[in-house]
Amino acid sequence: MKFGVVRFPGSCDEVDALQACARYGDAELLWHGDADLRGVDAVVVPGGFSYGDYLRVGAIARFSPVMGEVARFARGGGPVLGICNGFQVLCEAGLLPGALLPNTGLRFLCRRVEIVVERAGTAFTRACAEGERLSIPVKHTTGRWWAPPDVAASVEASGQVALRYAPGQNPNGSLGDVAGVANEAGNVLGLMPHPEHAVDPLTGSADGGRLFESLAAAVPA
Amino acid sequence: MTRARVLIRPKEGILDPQGQTVERALPALGFEGVGHVRVGRLVELEVDDVSQVAEMCEKLLANPLIEDYEIVELDPAAA
Repeated sequence: MKFGVVRFPGSCDEVDALQACARYGDAELLWHGDADLRGVDAVVVPGGFSYGDYLRVGAIARFSPVMGEVARFARGGGPVLGICNGFQVLCEAGLLPGALLPNTGLRFLCRRVEIVVERAGTAFTRACAEGERLSIPVKHTTGRWWAPPDVAASVEASGQVALRYAPGQNPNGSLGDVAGVANEAGNVLGLMPHPEHAVDPLTGSADGGRLFESLAAAVPA
Repeated sequence: MTRARVLIRPKEGILDPQGQTVERALPALGFEGVGHVRVGRLVELEVDDVSQVAEMCEKLLANPLIEDYEIVELDPAAA
């Protein structure tokens, strides 16, 4: 099992993501300028400020050479996890529904939140139980997930909301308390919380490790 | 070359906290009677073919899911 973690100019969480992945399999960085996924079994698009968040979060990164390959990999059923800025990039790329808007409070948020596993069956949550709460930090300014009413209804109806902020803990005004949403096929997931920052009890919680553990279990060794 | 200006703003119905904040700030400075403030983005560009700007907006300059855009061709004399 080999994870690939994309590094864009302006990424800042790729090393934490790499280390989180390395706990559960082999892991290497993928350079944004290379249209090559180097044979990895799962791709992580990490957090940060890709291309300086110029124009609009994720708007430029989606056109980078590596993203063409990530899209091809995703369309072929390969698992792709987008975290924070990675979530924004995957939405801009049309691989996930909706978009991320500025937090309703307009402030940068950095705090631990509890999220509820709404769907345990996915490649990203199979190590979790349905309804289980995970304690994972968020840190973002543009994390309010939004989709037009018809899209939001279909996302809910088809069970694509894999992770939701626990009642009363929605930090950013996200529609329906959505913390993490999957594509229809279930092989692409984006979330605003940072599981890669919560893989060791030393930093307060190891709950984020469950997502990487799930991915490692989803791919045959 | 044509000089064009693209105005990009959050779609109607999408909460715009920046607009709301400005709307609350103006009365504090004594400006009464201000409503429906929307804060967006402005892109100015020179293009050979102004008919391509709409496609540029659809693909990059705006996210049509969440933003409306308006293309204004600028009078070369005024620009």
